[in-house]
Amino acid sequence: MSHTADGVSATPGPDTGVWERTASQPQYSQLKSRYRRFVLPIVLTTLVWYFVYVLLGTYAREFMATPVFGNINVAIILGLSQVVLSFVFATLYIRYANRRLDPLSDALRENAEATSVGADS
Amino acid sequence: MSVTAAETTQVAMDPVANLAVSGVFIAVTLVLIIWASKRSKTSTGFYAGDRSFGAAQNGLAITGDFVSAAAFLGIAGAMAVNGYDGFIYAIGFFAGWLLTMLLIAERLRNIGKYTLADVLSFRMNQRPVRVAAATSSLVITYLYLVAQMAGVGTLAAVLLGVRSQVGQAIAIAIVGGLMLLYVVVGGMRGTTLTQIIKAAMMMSVGIILAVWVLALFGFNLSALLGAAADNSPHGDALLAPGLAYGVSSLTQIDFLSLSLALVLGSIGLPHILMRYYTVPTAKVARKSVAWAIWLIGTFSILSLVIGYGAVAMVGGDTIAAAPGGANSAALLLAFDLGGVPFLAIVSAVALATVLAVVAGLTITAAAAFGHDIYANVIRAGKPTDDRTEVRAGKVGAIIIGVLAIFGGILATGQNIAFLVALGYVVAASANLPTMLYTLFWKRFNTAGSLWAIYGGLTTSVVLIVFSPTVSGLPTSMIPGVDFHWFPLNNPGLISIPAGFLFGFLGTVLSKDRGESARFVEQEVRGLTGIGAAKATDH
Repeated sequence: MSHTADGVSATPGPDTGVWERTASQPQYSQLKSRYRRFVLPIVLTTLVWYFVYVLLGTYAREFMATPVFGNINVAIILGLSQVVLSFVFATLYIRYANRRLDPLSDALRENAEATSVGADS
Repeated sequence: MSVTAAETTQVAMDPVANLAVSGVFIAVTLVLIIWASKRSKTSTGFYAGDRSFGAAQNGLAITGDFVSAAAFLGIAGAMAVNGYDGFIYAIGFFAGWLLTMLLIAERLRNIGKYTLADVLSFRMNQRPVRVAAATSSLVITYLYLVAQMAGVGTLAAVLLGVRSQVGQAIAIAIVGGLMLLYVVVGGMRGTTLTQIIKAAMMMSVGIILAVWVLALFGFNLSALLGAAADNSPHGDALLAPGLAYGVSSLTQIDFLSLSLALVLGSIGLPHILMRYYTVPTAKVARKSVAWAIWLIGTFSILSLVIGYGAVAMVGGDTIAAAPGGANSAALLLAFDLGGVPFLAIVSAVALATVLAVVAGLTITAAAAFGHDIYANVIRAGKPTDDRTEVRAGKVGAIIIGVLAIFGGILATGQNIAFLVALGYVVAASANLPTMLYTLFWKRFNTAGSLWAIYGGLTTSVVLIVFSPTVSGLPTSMIPGVDFHWFPLNNPGLISIPAGFLFGFLGTVLSKDRGESARFVEQEVRGLTGIGAAKATDH
């Protein structure tokens, strides 16, 4: 059991400098900006696409009922597109995080654990 | 191909077959629970399954925790009776998951230990914020539990032909007893195993049902949809939006309100958030949400095929007239395709679904009692014995479990479908604003947290109480009286922005500038996993 690693204890670990030290590393700023650059556009796209879909379903029913392939109409294609879009974004994020985020956060963590004895036991 | 009324009655009257398969599920899970109980001795074992689950296991467990019987039977049923609007509902349940993956799951795992309150109170004044977060978690969990328990009564009527109130109350008590056994004896490890088995059963049965019915139409979705429209009293309107919510401009706004609550509420449900603590690292938490997205997304597509397939094979009128109404759509389709044995399997999945969800809710309530209220508020600052923290959680689980059994018995036969929707609204109006502000807004402080949680919670509950859901219409929970003044059934459109506004005002009106050092610590922990709670070795 690692009790100093308790993320919720009111008292910080023995080495409180580790947080400021890590936050001031150039790799940390890089991690933050890479995360923000990737996540923000996807979050906005997902929300906008969902509300466009719901609004069309509520106020553009005739458009949604337009047949495309046989009995498969616009509504069914747009509904399936919601699911497919999430599949694609989830897969992209996993790949991006593995390649561009994890190496940075791993390095920062290893660095912090090596320099601050006792912050994590 | 269609089932006659006499055969429909027959469906409900084969309780022995329906019970047999369910019995096998219960027996297998009980063996696993006893095995799990030998391994869960510490609080990390009881509340987080020793953080030992893999990405695929946790992805299945999230799916098992999230898809309730109301979704498993209800979405296909809603599509069979209300057409395409039922599918928009399914998409609403699903669409929030990507946001959870990108914004919440990894940080939660890195910052907290067992509960959402761990994260919300991390850089705030511990006691008041923890009490507030535990309160909203308990309210959501209890509403959701009562709805599930009351659903057991309906399920007993549909699957076992139990019509009497006493019989349904006994069914609820049995399910409640099993739920407490799972949680108190098996802890998070036992609960998780139950959820994994349920999700595997549900996905398999869903795939078999969908592929089978599609095969009958030569794997031509268009032909299946055409047959559904032909076999429905609504005709082609079944395939387009508007049947349920297109009636008036008020129902349209109500639908937008519901959609907002579904997508944002699914991010803030405490019993789902707790699942990210059961994996060893944030990286595994991330992968497990990806699994959940694939599983729940696939399930939504399966629901489309099953819902329309049920109309195509059984007929819209037959489904609406069957015992259990819309909820029987998937069951009738199973009976039509595979007769009594297949129906028994689908029934067992429905029961497994209820058990997995209620167990997940109960362990969440246990953590709110044992970890948040007992260990960190009542005994704040004092060293807490690990075993006492677990015992307090078990006592909490029993209290809320028994209250939920009674609540469920009282609510059986009432129109309580809105309880789940209310749970989502509270999650979206109280938990979500607080969570986002805590993680991403440096200036956010203790006052803001309290305003957001209590403000969002109160707004949601008050607006529901004075909505047509509770009084004023023949379909209201309390018919015959009218004290409603709020026009919408679902208050999300007002209460969610209100939750964000309360959090903002509480923050800027207070002099507390927040502790910048604690925000930095929280952010570094969240992004890098430095100091994150480790998995227990065995």
